[in-house]
Parts: sequence; structure tokens; C-alpha cells
Amino acid sequence: MTLFDIIALLLKLVFVLAVVLNAVPVVIWFERRGSAWMQGRVGPNRVGPFGLLQPVADVIKFIFKEDFVPKEASKFYYHVAPMIAAVAPFAAFAAIPFGSFLAIGGQQVPLQIASLDIGILSVLAFAGLEVYPIMLAGWASNNKYSMFGALRGSSQMVSYEIALGLSLVSMLLIYGTLNLTEMVVYQDQLMFGFMPRWGIFLNPIAFLIFLIAIFAETNRLPFDLPEGDAELVAGYHTEYGATKFAMFFFAEYVAMIMASSLLITLFFGGYALFPGLETVIAGIAGALQLSPEWTQNIRAAFQVAGFIFKVGCMMFFYVWVRWTFPRFRFDQLMNLGWKILFPLALVNLLFVALVIAWMGG
Amino acid sequence: MTIIVSRKETFWDKIYLPALAIGLKVTIKQFYRTLFRGESTTIQYPEQKRIYSQRFRGEHFISVDANKTENCTSCYLCQTVCPAECITIIAEERPAEENPYGVRKEKRPARFDIDALRCCFCGFCEEACPKDAIKLSRNYEMAKLTREDTIYDLDHLKREVKGRG
Ligand code: SF4
Ligand code: SF4
Repeated sequence: MTLFDIIALLLKLVFVLAVVLNAVPVVIWFERRGSAWMQGRVGPNRVGPFGLLQPVADVIKFIFKEDFVPKEASKFYYHVAPMIAAVAPFAAFAAIPFGSFLAIGGQQVPLQIASLDIGILSVLAFAGLEVYPIMLAGWASNNKYSMFGALRGSSQMVSYEIALGLSLVSMLLIYGTLNLTEMVVYQDQLMFGFMPRWGIFLNPIAFLIFLIAIFAETNRLPFDLPEGDAELVAGYHTEYGATKFAMFFFAEYVAMIMASSLLITLFFGGYALFPGLETVIAGIAGALQLSPEWTQNIRAAFQVAGFIFKVGCMMFFYVWVRWTFPRFRFDQLMNLGWKILFPLALVNLLFVALVIAWMGG
Repeated sequence: MTIIVSRKETFWDKIYLPALAIGLKVTIKQFYRTLFRGESTTIQYPEQKRIYSQRFRGEHFISVDANKTENCTSCYLCQTVCPAECITIIAEERPAEENPYGVRKEKRPARFDIDALRCCFCGFCEEACPKDAIKLSRNYEMAKLTREDTIYDLDHLKREVKGRG
């Protein structure tokens, strides 16, 4: 590893961290104002322009609150749980490509923190870690509501991980690779001359299953049973306050952004440009007489912007769904997971495998 | 008696997805309306206020004549009719030198207290009053910092209220 590589890596780390950290307050802001708009309310608009500083005010409030620890709680796990919650989804970002590469001084800098051949597996491994903070928090707080939340959370996440994994396997069969960048490259082409060759068009059923499963994995409504504020106070983080609660809260949103990025990478072409943008880039390059190197850099900028845009749309969808649907009952949730999504994913996988075998792929 | 109406569920009903799409359509419509057409149901309260009807029954006041003398003659009708028993009147004779009206306003309230925390804003006092003295204004912002402030005395009741407030 040369010095150049190390600096590039550090810059990429800072970039991803900064974007994600700053996206969270924006999403929280939108969650509040968007929900208000969907319900015909005005929403918080007093702090800063359009209420944009409301999350900042929240953070300040969280920091200055009393850091309360329940007397009977298991201290070590109680403190460790929110830390795992905050770190795990960040780690999963490492393998997600958010652009092709930058060309700087004859060297190529791939816009991805770690270009792994088993990228998708590492993302899933870190995403799978998210079940631990829920279990630890619920168990360590020594509170019956937290306990229930943790039980529900772990069984829900484990159940939906199966459907999620199976729908993923069918996509892996199509792409024929575990490397996320290669998947994006595969999708960066046209079908029938006009449609982008995105995963959602190739395998819509897998997309549907994956979508439902990540809602369950990130504990979002309509699958927010681990929190279930109407029944369980706040579920697994009932006993948490101040900064530790903020960490859970924050982790939830980072996990959502991470899940959206994964979904975008698998089904919406990742950073692949929208059809037609290539001409625009060529036009800009032609007008400004750019060298191929700089054309590539501009293309990368467009790709990063496009990726952020797609993830943003997905976050909008998250909020939209949350404020539309009521919560599932627990038995309905399990029914959906085991009796519908699981068989559907299996059949879909078989179908995809047969088609691929028949086409001789 | 229970009547069970069973509905035949079609394939599309059973997979729920069309119903979900309809639900999503409802919320996005409301989203568009509130955001771009400003049709929100709630208002920015302290700056914006709702217009209530002319007959709204809010904070009490006692009407006064041109000399700032209260119209009330302590007839006790309001105290008698009040279902919440929140009016307390102590009557006295108006001293002759302060009374340019002669017999018309011989009697006056020495004290006139209304316990607003007990009041149910039924408006019976207003109905009963033969002098149109006690009235309910349209003011609905009656929050106070102490319990004592919620007992309206004569000074408070005689405050200037334009129209019906
Ligand atoms: S409004 Fe009704 S309850 Fe209130 S003081 Fe008058 S009569 Fe009594
Ligand atoms: S306010 Fe009216 S009803 Fe009540 S005591 Fe005075 S004159 Fe009589």
C-alpha cells in the first residue's frame, strides 16, 4: 500500500462518514416534517429555517440530559449495547460502492472503501450484527417491556433474514458474482435498447421480498414490533435515556440508510447512471474540452450524486410507508415471514435457477 | 345479535399489495396538498387564531355604562341560577354622593367573584341577568399562572371589552 492509497482511503472514509452522519439529521427532520405533511399538519418549524435545526436541538437536549442507569441493570451489557448498535451499520458501509472510480494523476481510486470479492457477505454479516444490541439492551435493562421488545426483535430479525437471504441468492445467481461493484457494472447496461438492466426489472419478486424483509430488519413500521410504543412503552430501549438513547435512535437511521444503499445497489443499479446521463456528460466534456481523465471524474461525481439521490428516494419511501400503514400483530408478522415470504422466496429462487440453467448462463 | 357479512376475497384482495398501493396514494395526496397547496388542518396558533362564532362563551365580563359604573345591581339572579355555584356576590348600598342615577342604581356589588375553575361556561348567568350586566366574552385564552388569578374579581370583570371581545 503506497502513501497515495492510504490518503485516498482515509479521505474516502471521512467522506462516507460525513455524508452518513449528516444525512441522519436530515432524515430525522424529514421524518417529522414529512409525517406532518402526510397528516395535514405543519410540523416542527420553529428551530432554524423550516425547522431544519430541530435535530440539532434534539442532540443538545440528549447530551445534557441525566445519564440514568437502572439499579438492577447489568451494567456492562447495558453500556455496550448502544455502542454496538451505533457501530455495526457503519461497518456495513465499507463494502458498498458509491461511484466507479476517480482518476487522479494516472491512478485509479475506486469509490468504495473496501473492494471485497465477497462484498455482499460482509455487508450482510455486519447487518446481522444489528440483532445483538437489541437482545443485549433488552436483557440487560432488566425490564419486562425491554425483554419483550428484545424477544420480538430477535425472532423477527432472524425470521426475515431467511427470506432476505433467499431473495438475495436469486439475485446472486443472476449476477453471478458476490462483488457489489461487479453487480453494478452488470446493471449498468440497457435491456431491449431503452430499459436499464436493473435488478428490479430482472427479478421483481425478489425485489418485493427483499424490500419487505429490510423493513423488518430495520424495525420500521409496519414491522416495528420490537419498539411497539403502543404496547411496550419503547420496547428494547425503554430503560435508555440521554446519549445512549440517542445512539439507538441514530443507529436506527444509519441502519435504514445502509439497508437502502444495499437495496439500491442490488435492485436499482447502484451508482449506475440513469439512461441518457452519459450523453449529458459527453456534452459537458465536449463543451469544456476535458481530458478523458477529467471526464471520468465528472462521471464519478454524477454517479455519487445519483447514488445519493436514489438512496434519498428510498428514505422517502421509508417515511412514506411508516406514516401510511398500521403495525402488524406479532402472529401476523410471523405468518407473513414464514408462511408467505419464505416459500415465495424459495419458489422464486428455483424459478430463477431453472431459467438461468435453461438459458445456459 | 351479530350479523356476519362475509365478503368474497379475490386474489388481489388476498395479496394485499393493491390495497397497500391505495393506502400509499392517500398519504402522498395529503403530502402534496399540505406541502404545495398549504392546506394543512392545523394552524400556527399564537400567531394565527381561529375565528369563533359570535355566540362563543368565553371569559366573563360585566358591562359598564358611560361613567364606568357597572350595570350590575346585585339582584343575585346569576348567583342563584349558576349550576356550578361559582358566583359569589356581596351586595351593598351605593353611597348617595356616588350615585347620580337615583333609584335606578341604588344597590351595587361590594364584591363580585367568579371562580373560573368551577365555571362550566354554560352562559346561564348571562341569560338570567335582567340588566345585561354579566356577559361572556369571546376570549378563550384564559390560562393563568396561579389559582388566585383564576378567581375573577370586580376589577377584572369590569375590564374594557369591545363588542363581545
Ligand atoms: S357561565 Fe354558567 S357556570 Fe359560569 S358563572 Fe355563568 S352560570 Fe355559572
Ligand atoms: S350580574 Fe346581573 S344577574 Fe348577576 S347580580 Fe348583577 S344584575 Fe343580577
